Amino acid sequence: MSEQKTESSFLQSVSAVVWKDLTAELRSREIFSAMFVFALLVVLIFNFALELEAGTRASVAAGVLWATFTFAGTLGLNRSMSMEKDRGCLDGLLLAPVDRSAIFFGKMVGNLVFMLIVELVVIPLFSILYNINLIQPGLLLVTLLGSIGYIAVGTLLSAMAVQARTRDILLPILLFPVVIPVVIAAVKASSGYLQGIPMNEITPWLNLLVVYDIIFLTTAWLVFDKVVEE
Amino acid sequence: MNKSIDKLKILDVISILLLITATGMVFLYAPVERVMGMVQKVFYFHVSSAWVGMLSFIVAAVAGAVYLKTSKTKWDILSFAAVEIGIVFAIIAICTGSIWARPVWNTWWTWDPRLTTTAIMTLVFIAYLMLRQGMDDPEKRARFGAVYTIIGALSVPLTFLSIRIFRTIHPVVIGAPSATSAAFDMSPRMLQTFLFSLIVWSVVFIALLWHRVRLGTLAHEVEQAKMKLEEI
Repeated sequence: MSEQKTESSFLQSVSAVVWKDLTAELRSREIFSAMFVFALLVVLIFNFALELEAGTRASVAAGVLWATFTFAGTLGLNRSMSMEKDRGCLDGLLLAPVDRSAIFFGKMVGNLVFMLIVELVVIPLFSILYNINLIQPGLLLVTLLGSIGYIAVGTLLSAMAVQARTRDILLPILLFPVVIPVVIAAVKASSGYLQGIPMNEITPWLNLLVVYDIIFLTTAWLVFDKVVEE
Repeated sequence: MNKSIDKLKILDVISILLLITATGMVFLYAPVERVMGMVQKVFYFHVSSAWVGMLSFIVAAVAGAVYLKTSKTKWDILSFAAVEIGIVFAIIAICTGSIWARPVWNTWWTWDPRLTTTAIMTLVFIAYLMLRQGMDDPEKRARFGAVYTIIGALSVPLTFLSIRIFRTIHPVVIGAPSATSAAFDMSPRMLQTFLFSLIVWSVVFIALLWHRVRLGTLAHEVEQAKMKLEEI
């Protein structure tokens, strides 16, 4: 009985943090608009940088898509954490009588929702702009798995980066070298789906994504305490 | 304290003598490789420094984990020292590797798993230093550094694994050569020189680490003394 109760209160605290982030975002629309416009600009720049012609599109599209998500993601992660830090909200959150891991999962789910919304808008736009169908169940699954891994590490590292003197420049430098496995696996799996490669060649990448997600969700959850502790 | 400095001096002398012996063995004892010629000699230094780079990465992560568990400053100093030494040796490994790769693979660089992983490991090390530089509070700096070494230590093997799924052209020196990469046979003299170099560089690593930890401990004491002065 009591176990059930703590479990439900944990979920309640997580959803309270998520709800807080979503409400704040609904009022200001700061994070979403910044990430979305930035993502569009990255897509635009890639168009000129790579001369995305019809023939090469299928092989390059996955790379362009994930580079876009990776870059836009840091913007959202940085904003979401520095908002907490600037207005002293993080201290308030830490004072609340809830488990620290509930705060981590709350922030993580909030970030994940922003990232997924941006992805869900960018993917159809990308499909229209480059005349390539990205709306496939396999590709959407890869997007979800990749985003979970990216956001799990990203939330942890952004909580560290915002407390540093050099916080605006620190997050990408900390995050990019350690999310490379996720980016590699996501790009390979996505381009596999786009080029119609047989499923048994895509499966290793999907496995790698799942392994990465599990390892980093667990680690981030275990060490988050140490990052927000005063 | 004095006793440990004496021991350190002895270790210094031993490592210098060992280094001279190893260099002598590389150039005088080990035969010249038939196909690659003289450039193969760089291999003894290359593999040894790559080994030290990897070793320091592991030491940094383990020390980081112990620091998170115990919150004792000495573990943070050890972890930081290992990262600094690791950067130097990883860069040496990359440079010597390029020197070898140019005549043998006809390119300075390829995106092979080992090369890419070493490069990314170096980037993780550098990011760690930048993280530390950005933090003013010494206690927080140590905690964040420890967290980052652990994240890095988990991510780098996954990077290796993920690029490994592609093919590799890097020679497999230790363990069974796979079908996709060229096997590389060593004559007994080469093997002896190679193993001796590995041991020598490990000793050098320990000596450097010891020096760096001593320096770190002294720097920590100075920092503490300064803080006390400011309080007065």
